[in-house]
Order: sequence, then structure tokens, then C-alpha cells
Amino acid sequence: MKDQEKDIEKDLSAHHEEIIGSGEYKYGFHTDIDTDILERGLNEDVIRFISAKKDEPEWLLEFRLKAYRYWLTLEMPRWAHLDIPPIDYQAISYYAAPVQKAGPKSMDEVDPQLIDTFNKLGIPLQEQKQLAGMAVDAVMDSVSVKTTHREKLAEIGVIFCSISEAVKEHPELVKRYLGSVVPPRDNYFAALNSAVFSDGSFVYIPKGVRCPMELSTYFRINAGGTGQFERTLIVAEDDSYVSYLEGCTAPMRDENQLHAAIVEIVVENRAEVKYSTVQNWYAGDKDGRGGIYNFVTKRGLCRGRDSKLSWTQVETGSAITWKYPSCVLAGEGSTGEFYSVAVTNNRQQADTGTKMIHLGSNTRSTIVSKGISAGHSQNSYRGLVKVAPAAKGCRNYTQCDSLLLGPDCGAHTFPYIDVLNDTAIVEHEATTSKISEDQIFYCNQRGIPTEEAVGLIVNGYAKEVMSKLPMEFAVEAQKLLQITLEGSVG
Amino acid sequence: MNSLDQYIELYLEHRDIVDSHSAPALNRLRPEALEVLERSRLPHKGDEGYERTSVDDMFAPDFGVNISRMPVEADLAATFKCDVPNMSTLLGITLNDTFHPSATLVKRLPEGVIFTSLREAAEKHPELVERYYGSLAPLTEAAVALNTLLAQDGVMIYVPRGMKLDRPLQLVNIFCSREPVMAVRRVLVVIEEGAEAQILVCDHTQPEAGASLSSQVVEIAVGRNARLDYCDMEESTSATSRHSRMFVRQEADSYLNFNGITLSCGNTRNDYNIDLTAPGCETRLSGMVIGSDRRHADNNSVVRHLAPRCKSNQLFKYVLDDDSTGAFEGSILVAPGAQHTEAYQSNRNILAAPGARMHTRPQLEIYNDDVKCSHGATTGQLDDEALFYMRTRGIPEREARVMLMQAFMTDVIDSVGIEGLRDRLRHLVERRFAGVSATCGDCPVNS
Amino acid sequence: MSKLLEITDLRASVEGKEILKGIDLTVGEGEVHAIMGPNGSGKSTLSEVLAGNPAFTVTGGHVNFHGTDLLSLTPEDRSHEGLFLSFQYPVEIPGVSMTNFMRAAINAKRKYFGEEPMPATEFLKLMRQKREIVELDNKLASRSVNEGFSGGEKKRNEIFQMAMLEPRLSILDETDSGLDIDALRIVAGGVNKLRTPHNATIVITHYQRLLDYIKPDFVHVLYKGRIVRTGGPELALELEERGYDWIKEETEK
Repeated sequence: MKDQEKDIEKDLSAHHEEIIGSGEYKYGFHTDIDTDILERGLNEDVIRFISAKKDEPEWLLEFRLKAYRYWLTLEMPRWAHLDIPPIDYQAISYYAAPVQKAGPKSMDEVDPQLIDTFNKLGIPLQEQKQLAGMAVDAVMDSVSVKTTHREKLAEIGVIFCSISEAVKEHPELVKRYLGSVVPPRDNYFAALNSAVFSDGSFVYIPKGVRCPMELSTYFRINAGGTGQFERTLIVAEDDSYVSYLEGCTAPMRDENQLHAAIVEIVVENRAEVKYSTVQNWYAGDKDGRGGIYNFVTKRGLCRGRDSKLSWTQVETGSAITWKYPSCVLAGEGSTGEFYSVAVTNNRQQADTGTKMIHLGSNTRSTIVSKGISAGHSQNSYRGLVKVAPAAKGCRNYTQCDSLLLGPDCGAHTFPYIDVLNDTAIVEHEATTSKISEDQIFYCNQRGIPTEEAVGLIVNGYAKEVMSKLPMEFAVEAQKLLQITLEGSVG
Repeated sequence: MNSLDQYIELYLEHRDIVDSHSAPALNRLRPEALEVLERSRLPHKGDEGYERTSVDDMFAPDFGVNISRMPVEADLAATFKCDVPNMSTLLGITLNDTFHPSATLVKRLPEGVIFTSLREAAEKHPELVERYYGSLAPLTEAAVALNTLLAQDGVMIYVPRGMKLDRPLQLVNIFCSREPVMAVRRVLVVIEEGAEAQILVCDHTQPEAGASLSSQVVEIAVGRNARLDYCDMEESTSATSRHSRMFVRQEADSYLNFNGITLSCGNTRNDYNIDLTAPGCETRLSGMVIGSDRRHADNNSVVRHLAPRCKSNQLFKYVLDDDSTGAFEGSILVAPGAQHTEAYQSNRNILAAPGARMHTRPQLEIYNDDVKCSHGATTGQLDDEALFYMRTRGIPEREARVMLMQAFMTDVIDSVGIEGLRDRLRHLVERRFAGVSATCGDCPVNS
Repeated sequence: MSKLLEITDLRASVEGKEILKGIDLTVGEGEVHAIMGPNGSGKSTLSEVLAGNPAFTVTGGHVNFHGTDLLSLTPEDRSHEGLFLSFQYPVEIPGVSMTNFMRAAINAKRKYFGEEPMPATEFLKLMRQKREIVELDNKLASRSVNEGFSGGEKKRNEIFQMAMLEPRLSILDETDSGLDIDALRIVAGGVNKLRTPHNATIVITHYQRLLDYIKPDFVHVLYKGRIVRTGGPELALELEERGYDWIKEETEK
């Protein structure tokens, strides 16, 4: 009985009092701060400039230049169910950094305006003000502003810092793993990122360590006319565990801004990595003006035996999303999971899903995708499940649901299933339906207005995925869902 | 080299022969087809929708095309009779690509019904053939254009308004050439308003026939309130390639039940394009593939809901043994404005041997909120527990496996609309699983 | 006794077909009315129309609900004004916990009357109290709305919600269907406990059985979209004994 009471109370506290917000994108402000912005345009000099600015070793500059030269030979992929306007890569600035002293050692050295900005985003940089058990790397435009709790984590051997610092302080680790999961030639946006990436987070969990706090990176685009090209690298050694969260926001602007990131994860024997994203980039206005183009390559390599990688994503923002967090299940008995809620409204477009590549025997994967489309948006699930010829006894289960709110939106499902081994069991189920009028009426009859009823029903529909998020994020994500869908049902 | 070149060349060199052995209604579209072909290529692996089958490779060998319409040396037409018990059909036979009516066909056809060679139909009923020929298959597609460029004949089936046929029409396609040959088949099926028909098509290759390719384009118009049961059965040799593109247009309140049965094949690609263009249509599309050796079968379906209140249901099942490969790509498209759509699709596959491979892409593309749609795909093995249970009851493993595979195909067999054919199909499927060649034992084609 | 609900010449149709063909019914405070009738006579339509289900179109008539024009209100405002419908087939809402659902309902009502949301501890206490009325297991309260509930659990859950929302007028649509005798006793007991001199109940049922537990003051027979006969509890007994055929015959005459 006690446990059930607790469940109810947990449920209640997750159910935010003012779950219906103002409908406005509340992270749409811009901080007027001195910013060091590189002139627009992309060429080898720009790449050399970025590399020099970060004081990088020669091998990394070479890495970038090779990627750039390869990128020049490519064309932007067109296979996604997306209508992407032409992007002028020469009209973007590839480096923008708030002016501040290099590598602030203490809070006193961090520009108060930056502290203020992140406070407004709900991300206090002062450690004492933070949620207990969470360390944050705050990235604004092209640089990491501050990483908290570093010392405390260092005591147990956990490295959590910006990737720029990692290049300097742990060059052997970065050199070994950078590009090992997502090679620069992987795809168009990966090549671009490999050429111009600026900052991002680096996480290293040594053997046998369970990281005692949630690690989190908060990405903020602030400057106009720029793009953000961050790079995240997570390495979990044997028998380690880490839960990592990322959040993202940007100011409201009429222009479209490009965000092309790479996340690479290496998971060794029996290690487990949980990677959660609440993506709330500015989505553009209701007529589709402005918003972020979110073209991201995320992939984890479960290299070790019985290793586990779990992706959870709540995608509510961005004008266009192109993103397929993937698991390469190489280690025998390794597990890959992908839990996704993707909401699109107004003129948003999303083409998102995952790839589960079963290379090792007895590997298993689970995919749960919940798409919600409203307004004039287009929302696609695209996923690959592949079982290699030598991989015995693999198992995949995919459940992929789409909910449609309103007659003008679209919901699409494009799974690719390649089974090359006869001992595999692969199941895919998908449904598409509109929100149930019976459910809405039932709520109405109990006095719950339609808009709130839609919010409740949609949150219920997404609950299986939401429950995978850490508590603090779950509350935030629930609110986001509701706000994103406001005004979508008349 | 582009595999199309040899066919374009053939046509350019023998234009007059091609035209003179055909009919104006068919010749009419050749110049346009040529134009399309001169700036296109056949799809190969890697093209969207053709990940597993290269049509280009299928057409690459130097096949002979019988453009001067030399008669086939065979008296099969005289002796052939398809002996499905309890099923009396109105029978026509195509040898390679030439239509031969059975002896009694013309006498037994009800008045107004056309079941004859396309060329003959085009000569006798030019306005009818012109209205439908090329109206459903888009000439902009390379494979359709190639078929249109070279098709000199084919088969026409026409059931007039309100006519309800009491016997199935049966078309048997037989490859019987020792030389590598390409049969350019064109089939036109028109079921007029309120009419009802059942059509059975059997594709055979004679065991001693050489490499052959059937390049087939089928256009089917199902009128208002009309009903059509259509079963297309392939039972051919590993030397046979088949490229079949079917285009269906359904009018208001019409009903189509289509079965695509691949009992045995060499290298097969079937495309089913079905447009539900007016309210109240119902479509059932089902298929089965039994794969063995190194055979390959690829089914691609596109069901487009273009009008409100239509229902579609797709079911495709594969059992793949040895080193066979299977592919299935199925799309459901629901257009804006197609309210109250119900569309379902299911693809279930069993891999019965370590070398077997299955590639599946079920797709939903939905631009409307008032829908009930779902698809499901599974790839797995026979149920071990069931197998064990049967063995504890004394059933030998091999037999138990056959029984389970047979059971797996039951719902596809049951979906066949032609009475009498279901039992025969059950028998054929069982023989096929048991490793016996899945032929109608008494069919002279196989003697 | 003052009037709570006054239905005059109510007509309604669904998909162009007229189901209610002029209903007149008055319900006073403290009263229990039973509406009986053969299948397809319009009983459920009447309850759905009163609750404001948009699937039904009102084509004529008027409904006065303690001074407000009921038909002009949205379904949620009808609920706030004190109308409660216990559904014949309560819908399942996966992923939405009963707790969240009830809290949203209670707070929406409080907001309607300009009150602050109910504090969490008070709300939980209220849940506990009301649960007892229908002996609803705590387990059910922490599950999703109606999801995986048995038929009896769904009906008990409806009465539990009725207890939470304290309506002026409750319409119980075939609440007895699918209940075994114990569940029926619990549900009916719940309804009786919730009776006050100021609220009222309309019991829609096919059988007399439920009326043994919830004693009606008036019994109406609905047939072909009209109330064709009204009487006291004895009418229900008579129907139980003689069936509906004699009513049909009399009406057809």
C-alpha cells in the first residue's frame, strides 16, 4: 500500500501545477553580450582559424582539413521526407564565442551576464544552486562556458569537460576515440561537423565506476548568423555506468540557423550508457519563418560484451530535424534501446528514428517511437534494423505509433528491416490514428477542457517514453509537449 | 552499357516490322515510349525502391524478342487442359508471348465478353483498346516505356456493364523456348460498372526451356460497383526472370481481391500499384512467396487512398529456405481529403535456413487525420515449442515443419476468392514444402 | 421540491437519423428517475445528448438545468454545473493515471468557480475517502484511466469519479450491465450513499434488477425516441413481468 501511495505522489509532483504555459517559446530571448564572431564563409583558412583559436595539435587540424576536402565532394542527402530549402554555407559564421577570460577557473571569473543567461534557461551554473546530483557543461555558441563539479568527479577518475579542454588535457584519449564511431566520411553533415566542430562535451568513465551524478550538457545558440557544430564524445570503460542528458535552446529569429552536431559513444564490456535529449531548439513561427535546422549524427558503439546503450529523446523544437541516434551492437549480448517522442506543429518537419545494427550474437534491441503531428507539420519515423549474417539469436522489437491532430498534418513511417540470419526474431508494429474523440469527450464530461484533455491524452500516449527520462527532465518534457501542441486542436 | 540500348537499337532497326505485326492502337504510343527511353535507364540496386532487385541486370542478357511473330512450334495449345478439380474455366494460353484461345473458348464466352489477343481486340474494338491501353501504366517509367515500345500483342479481357461471369477466366502463360527469349506481355483488363469476374493467371516455364524473361505490364480498370477476384500464380524454373508491373484503378464502391502467389521462381520482381480513386472502394491484396535454392522474389506494393471511405488490407507472407532471398516493400499512402480511411498491411516472414535472407520495408505515408492505419512486419522462425510439441506426439520433425509452414500460409490461401482453386493451392503449397516440385501433376505443361 | 432538470420537446439525431423525437422530462431535487425501454429506443442517446457528445446533433427542444440553458454549454461546463454521466462503455485512456485525470477534473471545476487548485495533500486525502465508498482498490487509482479494468471495475470507477465530483444530477447509463451481484450491490450502495436532498439521479436500465437497489420515485418508458409511459416503481415490476411487447403494441395503436 505504501508503495502505491508513493507512486501516486510521484505522479502528482511530476504533474506540474501550471502545466499549461503561455504558449510562447519562452527561451526565445537573446543575450546581448560581447561576442567574438568570425566573418561568414567557409574555406580552409576558416578551419585553420578555428583550429588555431583552440590551440589544437597538428593531427587535429589535419583531421579537420581532410574532412573538409571530402565534404566538398559531397551533395546534401535528399532521401529524407523533408523539404529543405537550399542552405548557403558561405553565409554562416563558423565560430562565435562570448568574450571572456579563457577557461574560467571559478565562478567569479565567469561573466555575470552568462550566468544570468543560463539562470534564465533554468540552468544555474553555481554548483550550490544546482539540483543535487547533476553536473553541467554549459555551451554557448562555439564554446563551453563552464563545466561544474569537475573536481568532485575527477576524484573518482571521471573526466567531464569540454572537448576543447580534453584535446589539451587528454590528447591520447581524444585521438583514440574521435571519429572512431562516426568517421568524418560518414555522411554530409558528419563531414561538415568534422571540419568545423567547435565545442561540446567529453566524458570518460573509467573501469568499474558508476558515475554518481547525472552529467548534462546544455547547448545554447545565442549569436545570429551562426551555426552550432558541437561534438560530444562519451567513453564508458568496462563495468562502468553513466547517465548523460542534453538540452538545447536558441533565440527566436527570422533566419534559419544550422545545427550540425556529432555524438559518439563507446561502450565497453558490461558498461551502460543512458543518453537523454530534450530538444527544444527554436522551431520557427507559426508560418514557418525562422527556426533551427537540426541535422545531427548520433551513434554509439556497443563494443563490449553485454554492454548497453539507451537513447531517449523528446523532440519538440527545430524547424527541420534530421536525426537517427543509432546503436552498433558489436559486442556479444549487447543491448540497444531507442525511446523517442517527436512532436511537430505548425510548419515543422521531422525525419527521425534510429538504426540498430546487430553485428554480435545474442544482441537485442528495442525501439519505441511515438510521433505526434499537428498543424501543417510533417513527421516521419525512419529506422533501420539490420541483423548481420554472423549474428545469431538476435532479437528486435519495434513499436512505432503516430498520432495525428488536425486534418492538415502528415505522419509517415519508413522502417527498413534486413534480416540476414535465420535465428533472428524481428518484429515491427506500427499504427497511425487520430486522437480519439471518445477520449476527449470522456475528459470533457469530467470537466476537463478540450485543450487540457489533449495534453493529458498526448502525455499518456507518450508516457512509455517519458518514463525513461530522469525525473527533472520528465517534468520539463511534459510541459514542453503541452506547450508545443497548444492551439493545435480547436 | 545501359541494358536499354540493345532494345532501343532493335526497335530502331526494325520499326516497320514491329509496327506491321501489331495494331495501330498499340503502335500509337511507341514514339513517345522511345523518347522516354532515350533519356532514362532501368532501375538498379541502390535506387529507391529497388534496393534488392536490379531490373537493369534482369534485362541485360541478350534476349531474343520475337518481333516478326514467328509461330511457336508446339501443339500444346491443342492438347493443354488445366485440370483443377471442381473448376471449369474459360481458358486461353500464351506461348511465350502469343495468345492461343482454347478450342472451345470463343463458343463458350458469354456475349459481350472479350477474352482474346490484344492485337485482335485492337483491330476489332480500336476505340476500347485506345481508351484503356496506356491509361493506367505511366509511360514516364522506363520499364513501362520499354514494354510499350516492344509490345506487339498481349491479352485483352473485357467484361461489359452488369455482366456477372459464372466461370473464371484462366490465362496460362508458358515459356517453351530453348533459346533465351524475352516475352513482352501486355495485359489489359476492363471490368465495367456493376460487372463481376474471376481471373486466374498461371505462369509456367517448361523444364527444358532456356533462360527467359517475362516483361509484363498489366493494366486493370475496375468500374463502379464492380467486383474482381484475380489470382496471379507463378510456378517457374530458376532460369526464369519475371518483371511484372501491375496498375489498377478502382472506381467508386468497387471491390478487388488480388492474390500474388509465387510458388517457385527464378528471379522475380512484382509491382502492385493500386489507386483507390473514388469513395467506398475495398481492396484486399495478398501474396505468398516460397523461396528455395538461390531463388529471389521481391514484391512491391503501393496502395494509394485518394478518396474517402476506402478500405485496404494487405497481407504478404514469405517462407525462405536454403539460400533464397526475399524482399517486400509495401506502402500505404493516404492523400489529404481521404477521410475515414482504413488501411492495414502485414508482412510475416519465416527464415527456414541459415542462408536465407529477408528485407522488409513497410511504409505508411499519411496526410490526413481521420484514418485508421497500421502495418506490422515480423521475421522469425517456426515456433520451436510447437515443433517440439508435435514431435512428442510422434510427428517426425520434417513433417512437423511442413505442417507448420503450411499452417503459416493458411490465411493467404484462404484469401483466394476463386472456389476450387483454394484446395488445389493448399495441395500445391504442401507439395512445395515437402520438397516435391509444386506442379499440378496432371498439367501437360510439365510433362 | 424545486426543479433541477426540465427537458422540453428534445429532439436529436445522429448521422442524419432522428433518434430522439420529442422528449419531455422533469426531474426535481432529491428524486430518482428510472428510464427503461427496449434496445434501440434512444436511452443512451438521451444521456449522451444531455452530456453534450458532439457526435449527436440536437435538432430541437430545450433543456433547463437549475436555471441555465444546458444545451448552450460545452461538455466540460455542463460537468462543472453539476451534470455527471456514468458511461455505459467507459473509454480507456492509456498512460493517463487516474490520479492525474481526477486532479485535472477537480481543478478545472475549481477554476470555473474562481477557486484555487486543491493542494496535493488534500486531494490525496479526498481520493482515499471517496475510494472507500465504492471499495475501489488503491491499485486501480494508480493505474491508467480504465485501462485493463474489468467491466465491474470500470463501473465502480465511474461511481468513484461521481463521488469525487459531487454532481447535482447523475445519469447512470446501464450501470448494471456486466456486473455480477456483488459488484452491483457495491455500485448501488455507492450511489445511495451519495444521495442528498439536493441532488438527483437518472437511472437508465434495461432490467428491473438495479431498481431493487436504487429505488426510483418515477419510472419512464422510452420507446422509439419518445417517453410513452410514466409511472411509479410498480411500472418497473410490471415491465419485468410482462416484457416490453405490450408497450409496443399500445404505442403502435
